[in-house]
Amino acid sequence: MSGSYFQRDRDWHPPALTPGYKTSILRSPRNAPLSLPTTLSEETGPVFGHDLIGALDNDLIRNFSRDGGEAIGQRIVVYGRVLDENARPVPGALVEFWQANAGGRYRHKKESYLAAIDPNFGGCGRAVTDAEGRYSFRTVKPGAYPWPNGVNDWRPAHIHFSVFGHAFAQRLITQMYFEGDPMIWQCPIVKTIPDRAAIEQLVAALDRNATIPMDSLAYKFDIVLRGRRSTMFENRMEGN
Amino acid sequence: MAQRLDYLKESPSQTAGPYVHIGTNPNWVEITGVWKDDLGLVIVGPDTKGERVILEGQVTDGAGSPVRDALVEIWQADAQGFHNSPAETRGQADPAFAGWARQPLSETDGTFRFETIRPGRVPYPDGRLQAPHVTVWIVARGINLGLHTRLYFGDEVEANAADPLLNRIPEPARRATLIAPRTERDGLPVFRFDIRLQGENETVFLDM
Repeated sequence: MSGSYFQRDRDWHPPALTPGYKTSILRSPRNAPLSLPTTLSEETGPVFGHDLIGALDNDLIRNFSRDGGEAIGQRIVVYGRVLDENARPVPGALVEFWQANAGGRYRHKKESYLAAIDPNFGGCGRAVTDAEGRYSFRTVKPGAYPWPNGVNDWRPAHIHFSVFGHAFAQRLITQMYFEGDPMIWQCPIVKTIPDRAAIEQLVAALDRNATIPMDSLAYKFDIVLRGRRSTMFENRMEGN
Repeated sequence: MAQRLDYLKESPSQTAGPYVHIGTNPNWVEITGVWKDDLGLVIVGPDTKGERVILEGQVTDGAGSPVRDALVEIWQADAQGFHNSPAETRGQADPAFAGWARQPLSETDGTFRFETIRPGRVPYPDGRLQAPHVTVWIVARGINLGLHTRLYFGDEVEANAADPLLNRIPEPARRATLIAPRTERDGLPVFRFDIRLQGENETVFLDM
């Protein structure tokens, strides 16, 4: 199957310059991006096999265990599907995720927030989607986190996601938020996204049906990557 | 109202933030023992076919300051112009060449350095051959949607002059921002590709 990828809807994504998020001011291009159909260089991309993934790669409660212990915090399962804009599953997609611990502290040398490090929590994980595009991982719910933007800005609880689809054109990094968190609507980074419906696409729903009783709550987070044009008429090289 | 088109919307992007390396290069930020090696640090092995080249450069912001917390990824064809991807339908890529790499920038001066090979030529959708190029993707704190650009090789003068993408850049003077000049070091060609996010000599970024 051939064909270029759907053009990104740049009114749905955050624009580059969003002054409420101060760092974007000096890190946003001033010129318009050059718009072109994708070529083979963007319609191909690296694929990582399931053999990359170790047994604990998707278990953030135990994959950094230093003394046999488990991470402290509210135990949750995060699961979902990676789909494309044609609603087709994207199997074999590498999904990487990272987050702060239950107190909002990242394990990173440049981070100095006074909330304590959890000795048994690293904060990174990864998974490769199955034939139906499904992934899942177990972790603790991250805490909110203050950051030097405005004088009293806090990030809502969030998990970062990096996704490789089948094409470099689909490469995406985003963040997942949690249903019902009032800080979502106050966050300058969330508010870089102009459309409320687009923001809601990043809010994972609490799923009591997937909750493990007496063990972990569950949140469902589906990720949509760019869709590909189909070729309806063989004599049209560019597709429909 | 017309009928609904049943497309989903792409998940909106968010910044990778200052701690992107926890997820992409945990060993580099001293989160060890989760997985053995960070992905994408090595792109060329002893069996890889093709001419060895070094790609290096610095990422700077609109004030000219180095961007030290970015992550840069590259994606390119092998020496014959084939991609190591299931979506490659024209031929079999060199199995000893992954074609993809990524690395954090230097914390001191915001530079990157990839040891790779010179890619072969890849056709444009209309069949014309593109000049050899490497796809470059940059994410960082302050960048809301990953930035795509391309590195072209400064010594491919003839191919660059006829490249379909370079010729679509409306301001000819800006084409030079995608062409990395060649120098040599220790007998290896070095292509210098500085990425200026904003301002004077701003790099051309691609919406594709």
